[in-house]
Amino acid sequence: MQDSNKIIDEVTSSDYKYGFVTNIDTETIHRGLDEEIVRIISAKKNEPEWLLEFRLKAYRHWLTMDMPDWPHLTIPPINYQDIIYYAAPKKKEGPKNLDEVDTELLKTFDKLGIPLQEQKHLVGMAVDAVMDSVSVKTTFKDVLAEKGIIFSSFSEAVQHHPDLVRKYMGSVVSYRDNFFAALNSAVFSDGSFVYIPKGVRCPMELSTYFRINAKNTGQFERTLIVADDESYVSYLEGCTAPMRDENQLHAAIVEIIAKEQAEVKYSTVQNWYPGDKEGKGGIYNFVTKRGLCKGQGSKISWTQVETGSAITWKYPSCILAGDDSTGEFYSVAVTNNHQQADTGTKMIHLGKNTRSRIVSKGISSGFSQNSYRGLVKVSPRAEGARNHSQCDSLLLSSTCGAHTFPYADIQNETAIIEHEATTSKISEEQLFYCNQRGIPTEEAIGLIVNGYAKEVMNKLPMEFAVEAQKLLSISLEGSVG
Amino acid sequence: MKAEQQYIDLFTQYETLIRNHSSEVLNKYRASAFADFERLGFPSIKHEDYKYTDVAQAFAPDYGINLNRIDVPVNPYDVFRCDVPNLNTALYFIVNDSFCDKVKPDVTLPEGVYAGGLKAFSEQNPAIAERYYGKAASGGKDGIIALNTMLAQDGFVIYVPEGVVVEKPVQLVNIFRSDVDTMANRRILVIMEPHSQAKLLVCDHSIDDVKFLATEVFEIFAGENACFDLYDLEESNRSTTRFASFHVKQEASSNVLVNGITLNNGLTRNNYYIELNGEYAEATLCGMSILDAEQQVDIYSHITHAAPNCTCNELVKNVLNDRSVGAFSGRILVKEGAQKTVAYQTNRNLLITREARMYGKPQLEIYADDVKCSHGMTTGRLDENALFYLQSRGIPKEEAHMMLSVAFTADIVENVRLDGLKERLHHLVGKRFRGELAQCVGCHGCQ
Repeated sequence: MQDSNKIIDEVTSSDYKYGFVTNIDTETIHRGLDEEIVRIISAKKNEPEWLLEFRLKAYRHWLTMDMPDWPHLTIPPINYQDIIYYAAPKKKEGPKNLDEVDTELLKTFDKLGIPLQEQKHLVGMAVDAVMDSVSVKTTFKDVLAEKGIIFSSFSEAVQHHPDLVRKYMGSVVSYRDNFFAALNSAVFSDGSFVYIPKGVRCPMELSTYFRINAKNTGQFERTLIVADDESYVSYLEGCTAPMRDENQLHAAIVEIIAKEQAEVKYSTVQNWYPGDKEGKGGIYNFVTKRGLCKGQGSKISWTQVETGSAITWKYPSCILAGDDSTGEFYSVAVTNNHQQADTGTKMIHLGKNTRSRIVSKGISSGFSQNSYRGLVKVSPRAEGARNHSQCDSLLLSSTCGAHTFPYADIQNETAIIEHEATTSKISEEQLFYCNQRGIPTEEAIGLIVNGYAKEVMNKLPMEFAVEAQKLLSISLEGSVG
Repeated sequence: MKAEQQYIDLFTQYETLIRNHSSEVLNKYRASAFADFERLGFPSIKHEDYKYTDVAQAFAPDYGINLNRIDVPVNPYDVFRCDVPNLNTALYFIVNDSFCDKVKPDVTLPEGVYAGGLKAFSEQNPAIAERYYGKAASGGKDGIIALNTMLAQDGFVIYVPEGVVVEKPVQLVNIFRSDVDTMANRRILVIMEPHSQAKLLVCDHSIDDVKFLATEVFEIFAGENACFDLYDLEESNRSTTRFASFHVKQEASSNVLVNGITLNNGLTRNNYYIELNGEYAEATLCGMSILDAEQQVDIYSHITHAAPNCTCNELVKNVLNDRSVGAFSGRILVKEGAQKTVAYQTNRNLLITREARMYGKPQLEIYADDVKCSHGMTTGRLDENALFYLQSRGIPKEEAHMMLSVAFTADIVENVRLDGLKERLHHLVGKRFRGELAQCVGCHGCQ
């Protein structure tokens, strides 16, 4: 056990490698939140009247709400008047091509290993990069446009495809949904918009990188993905932030609509700054993600690798409204030092013969608290619903916590719902077995942790799987991996 | 505060009367319990743990309470003929909420063992009663416990001194008998000194068709190496509402089994709080309910592992027919330092009809790393393949359905460590599935 203790010590000593700050001119507005701020943001984005109305309605509704206190999290009070709700890299005009994009900005994304330059198309990934509050650059737009796919920043979509945005925005996550959804709806600044037309299979992975750079700001982006009948898209999301002593708020909304026979795969590698070893600083990641399987036979799959953020509070969910639709949720959540996570999913079965599958793997170490919270709801009309949930927790220190809170509301007797969960540390037998086969303890732990997370990792697209594997090693095992 | 008001008024008006008909030890807690109740009120359905049971609504009707301890003209031996064959017990009765001391069971318990009324016990042995009464169940967090503590005047006690083994199972029959809507506040205290052993079977019956409401608070203390089994069998009727809470405190190497079976009821809420405070303590919590019509059972459990090397095993099964509602919320909390904990939690539910509802929430909260904890939950209907197999062997569909349902509940009954009772339960469960028990009034049908 001596060896494994050493390794676990290394875990706590590994560093956050995306913690740099980019020196770039940033345009911000003053701190605080009132109707005026909402109007300023809307004006800056040159938004149509209906969108401003939507924001104002959301803001007024937000004022009537209180921050919920049911999660298994200790959240210090947040002063919503002390946040800057809009920050953007300064630009003269919108960049026409890459040469006009600020070189500092390009360097930032280079450092993050994000293929912004189109000549890197070998990587075969279309990227939308969002820095602080605005989308910086979207690549491969033209290739996608040929197929009729719209992949652009949210504000561009508002300008160029207002009908689509107006039709779908808020249809899955209403501004009344929860405290942070209301806040986001009032002050969201940018994000990504994807529309896949009927019968089109998106030829490449679409990807957005989110980066918080400016100080004292909050990031509030919105992603809206609409997959029309019989279309397919795989979408990736990555996020990083500089190391700062203060806590920064990130409250995003992701909405997905999958129509008949459409399939959407949404993968996240969340690596916001988690705070230092004493738990100082870090991002509060309070996100509402929800997909609506609207059409018959549609499918939405969430895959997430959560390693960052001081506090993570999110439940990527599926509303299985269409008959024969499928929802999936695969998650690896790693918490270390003083991180806290309360994450999971909701599977709401409304249509007939709907299926859902939940695989959640929690790994906690240091002084962290890691909770799985999930709901499986079968409505009276959801004939033949099927769910299987599996939640495992791995404990790497005696001071951390791992918790499981699954909810099952079953209102139809034809449903078959199964939930299983285990919590344990790496078993001494497994370690011993590896040892006696000549595998040193250090490697054995790496092997076991990787094997433990593999079921989820396998669901990630290739490019992400590599990154996620690396992340897992960094945030958890130091050199092991 | 509507539902609470009548109880607040009642207590303010009749406090002296309540006190006069009770003992010093019980009276000591009344004032603080009243303050707690005023502060907390009944838990609302907005409260996460009471989402599916409307407590205020259950307490809102005007129930009569026998504060004056007027004798209920009933001879329990006449009313209650439903004995368990092959099981010889020391039999005691509580009618509504008064311990029935007119008839004494014809058995001799080992020396030093006390089984009987709580009021009498606390008057005879105030020192012991004081050491335990109110120490496990605190009204500070739960308005219903506060209400029980503030109104309870009597109850039942088992006290087993150090090293004594009570071979004969003790049976307590709670009877509801009244011509008007009645509320009873029952209090059961179990004190197991170190190295002692006992088994208690509690049966709830309602004789009349008027509305009954019971609050029952069990406090169970298992000393070092003590071994205690509690079988709680509810066979009341549709117009009976029961709020029970079981508080178990276990010391090192003690072994406690709590098995709660609901065969017939109206609305039942069972709260189980088990604390494993000493090393190598072991707890088994089983629960089963077979529900139809508009019956509702809401089971809540909270098992705390506060010491290393403890084991707990929880198994709750529900069979839901017609428009019945089942809810299960179980939490296993492993505190920091409670290493080598082994904890299993299983909840399985069988839905027979479309209108039946099941809400399940098994939870693990773990703050130690060297543990083996797991939980599982399934909800669904009977396996079609199994049904088909039986039918292909010539067994009619209804019979096959029954066989599988009985098999589904069998492992709860198997957990009973009293052979006679086990046999009887198999029989009762079979009858219950055939719908025979549901038609019975009182106990006459169970013959």
